[in-house]
Amino acid sequence: MNALIPLFVALPLIAAFLVMILGKLVSKFHRFFTPLVLLILLAMAIYEFSMAGMAPIIYTMGGWSTLGGIPVGIYLVLDGFSVLMLCIINLVGFIALFYSLSYMKQYTAERNYYALFCLIIAGMNGVVLSGDLFNLFVFMEVSVISSYALVAFGVGKTELEASFKYQVLGVLASMLILLAIGLIYWQTKTLNIADVKTLLKGGAGDPFLVFIQVLLISGFGLKAAIVPFHAWLPDAHSSAPSPISAMLSGVLIKAVGIYVLIRLFFNMFAFSHEIAVIFTVLGTLSMVAGALLALMQWDLKRLLAYSSISQIGYVVMAFGMAMVLLSSGTNQGAAVLAVTGAVYHLVNHAVFKGLLFLNAGALEHRLETRDLRKMGGLSTAMPITSSTSLMASMSISGIPPFNGFFSKLIIIIAAIQGHFYLLATLAIVVSIITLGYFLKFQRYAFFNKPLEKALQKIREVPFSMSFSMLVLAVLCFALSLLAFPAISNEVLRPAIDVLMQSDLYSITITGL
Amino acid sequence: MTAYILTFILFLVGLYGVITRRNLIKIAISLSIMEFSIFLLLVLIGFIDGGSAPIVDPEKAGTLYVDPLPQAMVLTAIVIGLATTAMLMAIAIRLYRKYKTFDIREIKNLRG
Repeated sequence: MNALIPLFVALPLIAAFLVMILGKLVSKFHRFFTPLVLLILLAMAIYEFSMAGMAPIIYTMGGWSTLGGIPVGIYLVLDGFSVLMLCIINLVGFIALFYSLSYMKQYTAERNYYALFCLIIAGMNGVVLSGDLFNLFVFMEVSVISSYALVAFGVGKTELEASFKYQVLGVLASMLILLAIGLIYWQTKTLNIADVKTLLKGGAGDPFLVFIQVLLISGFGLKAAIVPFHAWLPDAHSSAPSPISAMLSGVLIKAVGIYVLIRLFFNMFAFSHEIAVIFTVLGTLSMVAGALLALMQWDLKRLLAYSSISQIGYVVMAFGMAMVLLSSGTNQGAAVLAVTGAVYHLVNHAVFKGLLFLNAGALEHRLETRDLRKMGGLSTAMPITSSTSLMASMSISGIPPFNGFFSKLIIIIAAIQGHFYLLATLAIVVSIITLGYFLKFQRYAFFNKPLEKALQKIREVPFSMSFSMLVLAVLCFALSLLAFPAISNEVLRPAIDVLMQSDLYSITITGL
Repeated sequence: MTAYILTFILFLVGLYGVITRRNLIKIAISLSIMEFSIFLLLVLIGFIDGGSAPIVDPEKAGTLYVDPLPQAMVLTAIVIGLATTAMLMAIAIRLYRKYKTFDIREIKNLRG
């Protein structure tokens, strides 16, 4: 359906506007209107997902399609990979928003929160749909600027400091990206991703292009918090309100970081061996460093934030392995397997990390602390939080039959088939470290002896929070079904095909 | 060529400021300097020596125009830059109210 595509951006933008205007006149307007909008978006995303075929669907904004065979307008492109991302964004977005209905009562200025939430969704939907480099930059800024405001939403000392740090690094990253886009325009005189691909064909080793690629890796690497660029993430993600942490860790770093990197490097550049190795090394570094740093944290949300770095490392490493294999052109099968593992882990991480941050929010809501040493013995007092967080912990540390086990298994098998024995070993070791720090979380939060008498009076969180957590916990379990080839072919195959047949994207759009 | 080198020097001035300054406001100003050096580069990319403003006049066929697209991009990017600077300033003012200082050496609750 062609006409639905611009609505993914327009609907949340209009909703943000209406929440600010009508919310002032009608009391509690934002509390039922924003979940409704997000629910519609989710339904639209699932509908598009069921309709999506092999070929990308193109929407030209304002009807400016081509002039003499050259695309002049702004294109919105919906293909297998972007529709998968749309589903994740709107699913986690809806669940986090439903959770906020109870959680955000402790804050003032709730209306601003819901408006900013709509903007962050609009920005991310725009990023994954955009087929135009500059348009992509604009939507990215829409979502990250609202995330700066949301990180500082608590306006306490730590929140403001984290937000300032996040902003300085975020602006730096945006400038690097804008510079790279300017240089691409200089080289090709076009901004359309597909058109750039056809014009750049064959220039893989050109030093000017390598410079652009390095700029893009550092810019989007900063947004995705890959290891040398990760300094802002633990502060920003642990200081934000918990549903926002779930959004930031669960989808924002994927939509504006990993997704764009992968889209540009698979569908726009003809990547060289060196760039592929850089990806693999950066991924491995963040996988190991994130896990080791997470191990020594006592602040629950900081632990989860470092664990995000580590899990994103898995995804980047798997994509890097696929790129190495594809650029040498030897082992196509292992490359397909690595991309499958990476996309699968991307989906899984959104679900279980979202759930873990919601659990952390539930604990913070009742205990008003994030320090693991001040918790204990909560498994009887908060049965839903306890059981869902146990499921999420098992799934992130790769225990069968949860989804995390299968995606990690696929990545490790791909590494062995592609003869990356060191990476396979590291992936297993990091998985064990992950299990270690999640056992620490479980033991200190839920199974230790209660430290104080007061803890005995803790009750379970309200309905909207526990319901959101239950939905994600069920998804953790249900997504493990994707390990079966028959189901995986239906769900993940379109996304993988888009990445593996890298020319198809540009050929369909430019029509050359 | 001189213009490109000057733009690059401006970029480095901004980067130097972001790295070395200790004052929140000065960091924000340095970021703005960086932003504007990149805007200048974008305008330079679209500039053609001797070209006129890109308003097409059918009576004067064959006139040389400068590239309008980077100009449109810069206008959009300036608006985004404004939003970012406003955000940075808002947070800096809030931080000043909490800590009574702009010095980043005294604002360090977050570590690890």
